[in-house]
Amino acid sequence: MTSVLKALGVAVPSRVVTNHDLAETLDTSDEWVRTRTGIVERRIAEPGVATADLAVEAGAEALKRAEVDVDAVILATCTADRTIPGVGPEVASRLGLGPVPALDVNAACAGFVYALSVASGLIASGVADGVLVVGAETMSRVTDFGDRATAVLFGDGAGAVVLARGEPGEPGEVGPFDLGSDGEGADLLEVPGGGSRRPLDAAALAEGAQYLKMDGREVYRQAIRRMVASSEAVLAKAGLTAGDVDRLVGHQANARILEAVADRLGIGEERRFLNVARYGNTSAASIPLALADAELAAGEQVLLTAFGAGMSWGSTLLRWPDLSVA
Amino acid sequence: MSAVYEKVKGVLVDKFGVEESEVSMEASFEDLDLDSLDLVEFALAAEEELGVRISDEEAEQLETLADTVKLLEEKGAQA
Repeated sequence: MTSVLKALGVAVPSRVVTNHDLAETLDTSDEWVRTRTGIVERRIAEPGVATADLAVEAGAEALKRAEVDVDAVILATCTADRTIPGVGPEVASRLGLGPVPALDVNAACAGFVYALSVASGLIASGVADGVLVVGAETMSRVTDFGDRATAVLFGDGAGAVVLARGEPGEPGEVGPFDLGSDGEGADLLEVPGGGSRRPLDAAALAEGAQYLKMDGREVYRQAIRRMVASSEAVLAKAGLTAGDVDRLVGHQANARILEAVADRLGIGEERRFLNVARYGNTSAASIPLALADAELAAGEQVLLTAFGAGMSWGSTLLRWPDLSVA
Repeated sequence: MSAVYEKVKGVLVDKFGVEESEVSMEASFEDLDLDSLDLVEFALAAEEELGVRISDEEAEQLETLADTVKLLEEKGAQA
């Protein structure tokens, strides 16, 4: 018994913000952003649009295409609509799924891979037969658009898949997983304010504690190292090597990080997929958004790997099924 | 030239696509068209290839290959 991917759906805000747009108010340039990150543009949600709204849109598309019943929802996000409650229950209700179990997973940019593993666990333990897994973020809500180091990096969006019980070797099979974390790096990438450690009082707001802060160099270094090690670990668990991977679909944070990871794994350019140029870093939404754009062929062995705040990281394998993603 | 220098040169040529003829002790990272992220990656590659860790603070101070080789040798790099 295993978990199998049955359907995929995505949603992004219609508003496109280019590097040139950002350079009008920030001391940066299109050339600088492109060469450092590979990002050309990103989507930004209109005021009033929340993470749940994007999640519902992506989730509805996935459900429409899935020919199975869904009886649980896992929502991967680090930009929930509010501190309490989680987004999952609202998304389940708005999608008409009834009183199913629904919960959020916050592993930041590694959230989608973590959520896939939680969904597989629910299926393996018999709690659920079909799980809607959504990665949804409105990163723009925690971005300081006056900070040129981070303002150019992030975007908003959502992607959803349906996992269902299946047989080993079946098209769409997901797993095994390699997951990890290192809390010693918690402050390398964080939104310091708004939680129990640093409530958002006037002083915290004046300091900008509601915004994301990043030690870019150290995150860059750790991202490469951890995603390489995690990819190698998951391949070893599956009895495979990098040579068996048809396509590497990593978390889309920075093109140069993914190039460095693929180089170290020995995965050539034709087997890598990048769409960070279109969406920037959409955190937990980036992997499903990439899967939707990657034009994968049925039967291809896909390696997913992600790294982000926590620090948290994870990798898994996916045997691409025959499904429409248009 | 030291063995550590030869190793550094090898990393720059193989991993960063630098022309061998451009590499010299006096060359700066800027001369070689390496930006701040390349320097982070260079530090990672040095750790992988030479087994010594260059911190981000140390990497930021490096300007020329001579500085780099000196730092690596002080840290006990064995080529």
